Amino acid sequence: MVNKRELKLQPGWCKSCGICVAFCPKHVLELGENGVVIAHREECILCGQCEKRCPDYAVYIEEEEADNLWVKLY
Amino acid sequence: MGKAVLMQGNEACVEGALAAGMRLFAGYPITPSTEIAENCAVRLPLAGGTFIQMEDEIAGIAAVIGASAAGIKAMTATSGPGFSLKQENIGYACLTEIPCVVVDVQRSGPSTGLPTSPSQGDVMQARWGTHGDHPAIAVSPSSVKETYELIIRCFNLSEKYRTPVIFLMDEMIAHLREAVELPDMDSLEIEDRLTPLTAEKNPFPYLVKEGEWVPRLMPLGMGQHYHITGLIHDDTGFPTNSHEEADKLCRRLLDKIQKNKEDIITYDGYLLEDAEEVVVCYGGTARAALSAVDEARMEGIKAGMFRLITIWPFPEEQIFRLADKTGRILVAEHNDGQILLEVRRSAQGKVPVDFIGKINGDVITPEELLTKIEEEHYAKCADKK
Amino acid sequence: MPSVLIKNNMREEHLPHIWCPGCGNGVLMRDVASAIDNLGLDHRKVVIVSGIGCSSRAAGYMDFDTIHTTHGRAIPYATGIKLADPELEVIVLTGDGDVSAIGGNHLIHAARRNVGMTVVVFNNNIYGMTGGQYSPTTPRGEYGTTAVYGNIDRAFDIAALAFGAGASYAARGDTYHVEATTYLIQKGILHKGFSIIDCASICPTYYGRKNKKGSAVDMLMRQKTHGVMAEHAEKMTPEQLQDKQVIGVLAHTNYPEFTAEYQKIKDGLRGGKKDGQK
Repeated sequence: MVNKRELKLQPGWCKSCGICVAFCPKHVLELGENGVVIAHREECILCGQCEKRCPDYAVYIEEEEADNLWVKLY
Repeated sequence: MGKAVLMQGNEACVEGALAAGMRLFAGYPITPSTEIAENCAVRLPLAGGTFIQMEDEIAGIAAVIGASAAGIKAMTATSGPGFSLKQENIGYACLTEIPCVVVDVQRSGPSTGLPTSPSQGDVMQARWGTHGDHPAIAVSPSSVKETYELIIRCFNLSEKYRTPVIFLMDEMIAHLREAVELPDMDSLEIEDRLTPLTAEKNPFPYLVKEGEWVPRLMPLGMGQHYHITGLIHDDTGFPTNSHEEADKLCRRLLDKIQKNKEDIITYDGYLLEDAEEVVVCYGGTARAALSAVDEARMEGIKAGMFRLITIWPFPEEQIFRLADKTGRILVAEHNDGQILLEVRRSAQGKVPVDFIGKINGDVITPEELLTKIEEEHYAKCADKK
Repeated sequence: MPSVLIKNNMREEHLPHIWCPGCGNGVLMRDVASAIDNLGLDHRKVVIVSGIGCSSRAAGYMDFDTIHTTHGRAIPYATGIKLADPELEVIVLTGDGDVSAIGGNHLIHAARRNVGMTVVVFNNNIYGMTGGQYSPTTPRGEYGTTAVYGNIDRAFDIAALAFGAGASYAARGDTYHVEATTYLIQKGILHKGFSIIDCASICPTYYGRKNKKGSAVDMLMRQKTHGVMAEHAEKMTPEQLQDKQVIGVLAHTNYPEFTAEYQKIKDGLRGGKKDGQK
């Protein structure tokens, strides 16, 4: 089963703190006038740093299936 | 009726609470209410309930409200200093509409005061102790048997109106031992809070149904996934800053008591039909008053007694009507005149309202009360001449 | 549409939350949601209890039965709830002021008593809701609106305090180490007894600004460089550990849980007797 994953934004929730921009290892994200924007989608490696660090749940990797990554890690 | 048993007021309080369905007690030791906690520690696990001694008075009421939010009937008991400490969370129960019963066995204050001496000094605190405009129900017993009966009533009122109910005992009744015939369990009327019919998610858990006064809240842990907060909230249960919503909620909280006074208020009249001198009293003071009234009658003075059972809401209409048909009112209470203010307000100047009180930890004796009735009676006779 | 995790565990209609830009509370609240999700808890049986303060607003956003109580009293409310129904998974969300100042007495006694609940502390070293006053976890020498000349008080280590009071599970997490913190919360939920996870949050608005800690990013980077996982800390010298924050389990013992012990008393007393029978 193919697990389709995609970088997504939740409109209106970003407060422009800049955390996701700073922690994105591939500089995919930038701050626009109304919050975060996906500037270089093609660079995204779907690592999820942005999602787990965003205090406002404004940016995330859409999963087709529930991700149990954290459980597997331990 | 069962057979008579010798019982202390505090003990009767616990037996009545168990009969009412209390299944959790959380409290902290304090004289003169401690026997309530001690008896709960013995009796609750036998009844399938839970007793817990908390780390302080505040934790006691907090655990009680928490347990009640999870759907079981819960009670705490304290005395003056502890009653002060519980006030903030009593307000929380008022606003969130979580039923609970708080027993305050009044002792002499202020502060640590006279811990083993009787008082009725917490009457106004029972009404206004927690901040903000809020509803209040307080009930006061005058005998051990009545303690048993009225604590059941406290639970019933609390469940029905979803509000904390204060059981205002005093040291006189708490430590009094009397022979009591307990009623059959089957004869008791026990009221339980209304809950929703299903545990379905409900976007308006605080919405009050047409013809009802309180929301039907689901016990926590049933899957309704609703929110309880001490912030002003709307029908969704979530906080709001709307003046309109704040007014709607606060008005309903007051109205559910004010507009149901007939259902809530109880009192006891003794020889009131032709009484010219009426002693208004409540709690342990009523015992001295009863003797004094009987003595006065034997002397030919037409004395009577109006005994408040419900202290809050105050029976203002009843006192107003009483003032219409009697010659003089004497308020007797173990404080410096707290209910006196309410009686004067309600009598609206139609009759003189006199006062006898004590704040030294001593009790008002029947003789002292009789002397006061006599003084007033003969002074009035002299006036007429 | 938000992520599946948020959709399944939070009240989407109440988001975005009220917290400031860069506030660590959102991350910690997500960690709690992840922990619940990873464990596959029955959502009907989860009750979230909070006190008062920035942290405690979290209760309103989580899609469970939630109760936002009075300042400092979340733990005793949670105690009552757990006693009423020991089957419930009771999770307390609280802050440093809420749990260790006004509610400090409840914290130590709950730890000692070992009533089954999981306390997650959003520890941002300041009173944020009231505008930046120093709290029991503001380090000595740092600043707040009520410590304008520098804080004289020594700071509480909340996890160590709970451990000292007898907590059967005490751990430290933070905002940066997301997976570790989520895992520590999971372990706390699974633990039968009182568990506490003291999580270093970040408050760029008040604590950060008052103490020149830079932006939210700077504060997170500091947690990254100063945070040491417990297993690494074991191999480090006290000198190396100076100025470091150890992330991990501080204490984990199996001490009898209160409601289970109380049930034993009831069973012993009632052997063969019916409810309510003397």
